[in-house]
Amino acid sequence: MPHLSPTATPRPDHSVDSAGGTEASAHGAKKRFLHDAREYVRDTDHRAFLRRALAGYYTTRDGQKARYRDWEHARDAANLAKWNAVNRLDEMLVRFADRFEAGGGKVHWARDAAEARSIILGIVRDAGAKAIIKSKCMTSEEIHLNDALEAEGYGVVESDLGEFIQQLRGEPPFHFVFPCMHVRRGEISKLFEEHLGSAPTESPEELTMIARRYMRRLYVEADVGITGGNFLVAETGQISITENEGNARLTAALPRVHVALVGIEKCVERLDDLAVLLPMLATAGTGQPLTCYNTLYGGPRAAGECDGPREMHVVLLDNGRAAILADPEQRDSLQCIRCGACLNVCPIFKNVGGFTYGTTYQGPIGSVITPHLRGLGDWNHLSQASSLCGACTDACPVRIDIHHHLLHNRRNAVRAVPNRLERTGHRMFAAVAARPRLFAAGGAIFRRSLWLLKKLRLPLLRDWIASRDLPRAPARSFRDQWRHRAAPAVTSSRPTTSGGAR
Amino acid sequence: MNARDAILARVREALSVPGPGPHQRAGEMTGHGHSGQAPTPPRGVLPVLALEAARPWLPDGGDTIAERLALLEENLGRLKAIFHHVPTIHAAQDLLFSLARERDWKRVAWHVHPLVEPLLSGVPCATLRVDDASGLAAALATDAAARKDALEACDAGITGCESLVAQTGSILVSSATCGGRSLSVLPPVHVVVATPDQVVGTLADAFDSLRERHSGHLPSMLSFITGPSRTGDIERILVLGAHGPKELVVILVG
Repeated sequence: MPHLSPTATPRPDHSVDSAGGTEASAHGAKKRFLHDAREYVRDTDHRAFLRRALAGYYTTRDGQKARYRDWEHARDAANLAKWNAVNRLDEMLVRFADRFEAGGGKVHWARDAAEARSIILGIVRDAGAKAIIKSKCMTSEEIHLNDALEAEGYGVVESDLGEFIQQLRGEPPFHFVFPCMHVRRGEISKLFEEHLGSAPTESPEELTMIARRYMRRLYVEADVGITGGNFLVAETGQISITENEGNARLTAALPRVHVALVGIEKCVERLDDLAVLLPMLATAGTGQPLTCYNTLYGGPRAAGECDGPREMHVVLLDNGRAAILADPEQRDSLQCIRCGACLNVCPIFKNVGGFTYGTTYQGPIGSVITPHLRGLGDWNHLSQASSLCGACTDACPVRIDIHHHLLHNRRNAVRAVPNRLERTGHRMFAAVAARPRLFAAGGAIFRRSLWLLKKLRLPLLRDWIASRDLPRAPARSFRDQWRHRAAPAVTSSRPTTSGGAR
Repeated sequence: MNARDAILARVREALSVPGPGPHQRAGEMTGHGHSGQAPTPPRGVLPVLALEAARPWLPDGGDTIAERLALLEENLGRLKAIFHHVPTIHAAQDLLFSLARERDWKRVAWHVHPLVEPLLSGVPCATLRVDDASGLAAALATDAAARKDALEACDAGITGCESLVAQTGSILVSSATCGGRSLSVLPPVHVVVATPDQVVGTLADAFDSLRERHSGHLPSMLSFITGPSRTGDIERILVLGAHGPKELVVILVG
């Protein structure tokens, strides 16, 4: 297998898990977030590019939603299916594992990233693997699996087009469903020219075909195929994989060994639950009626079947998920089916871009779960990166209360590390507001000195004022205006064109 | 303690604290005067069957055979699949013949199936049977790269299917009844041949028919194929034929 040499750009993923090296300091992650956000916001061309790329999503998604007889009730049903499994997770996991092993596969349990890596390395070693092909798998990003495999000398190629492009670029995914949505076709053409020796082209179709041709050999030659999994069906002991390109199907069909790395929260109780969840996942994620391939695997090739892997392994990954489960308030964030809808509608995501988050899971849901997976103190700034508009909550097909969770994270962080300055400020305001005369005097001073705030560039207000205009202070206080108000003119028509004054 | 027991112990410990019920906000449980906590669901009993709740809300699957056929055709069209409904197997043969001629197929792959075999008679190119002979020797042979290469070099794969889903325009294939795992995804064209009575309304109906047919022993792979392989990874622009088939041809006979 040709060795891929990703350009050695540093990964924007700011952290390495505890087993893999140094955890970014609390200050470091936040500082980098603010720095990267500032940089990205300035790149108006790229923001426009991102908006254009997402424009089609809204139209197709809304078109497909309209085909549901009742989308809102369908969301209730999807929520119920996942809520049921998450709230009985121990039972689901045991049932899944028993059924799956009855089908001839092997279940492995991994408490953390290091354990998952060593299990998979063990399987790969036992298989005497020479070449590994991989389909899209966010859990493997979470545990930095490729780095671990490459460190042991194994060549591993990402087969999903977007992930392949990101692998060649030496970058993690920009968006956990659309990994390379930030890359322009010209850049992809150059990348392929450099790594695959293809002719330059501006056509997305030709670029896709270049990757297709390149990958075909690798499917045939690979000994081990690694995939993720979207659902674990407890009733039947099957894993369900959702994809559009067909690369996951080839990855689980041609190599001798199939390994699936799946988070423990992916359980559903019954096969029938998928009759709800698969269409919802597709519609919320990409606006499709159903993703192109939804495939259920119950084990390796069975007796009488003419192809398929000899061995199948499922690695069940905890890596902090049980900690989310232990917080009843945020337990429902484990119901996430990773459709990515909350990213696509998030004004923050669209303005700071995916890399700024510095996390495996970007956007609103990433901001909710990352502090739990990696320590609240270090990642709480992500919860501040929200306008609390609630677009994420409205978009969520399983009804996770995402924006309230961001508020909860903020509250928990303040409880953990109280902000003295803010508390003193609030106390002072309360003291003034409770004394009408003092309040009036304070107001008078404030109205006259508002312009000073802009000039003084006080350190606390600097960031706020840098991108905003302060309103002009009114000449008289509200109380004064109210006292001297004219009698309401009921008959006179209200001016309707005064919006320009804002 | 091994990893399995450790994880299960953590999960049980976590779930010993009751959480909010379904459709309930976390804040509704803990704060602001709401004293009633939703009970965690009783073990082994689901309060409402999610699927029963969802059946009337999901996209329509059609009530009659005619409705289902119309929906299937409409959905397949939307997915850019090619759909033919022909009256007889002879008409299907003619169709495959002209497809092979038009596209200049050199070799097509197939598996033993009551609809696939007659379809192939007179096809103007070479054929490759993927499930030939029986027993171990043939099974082992499929592990060889040469065998995979042979299938990869075919111009089309022809399979039967378990069922067709009107609601989504999907074709359900399985490793047990459709020539294994790779026949329906490795060649650049996938031709599916089926009869109208295989058309079911919804995904849930497809699961029902599976359970009936395989009575508890499900094939090792089941796949809902919904249109030809596609990607939107480059600037979110749709391209067909990413890694799987570029064309999906559905031939309904009868």
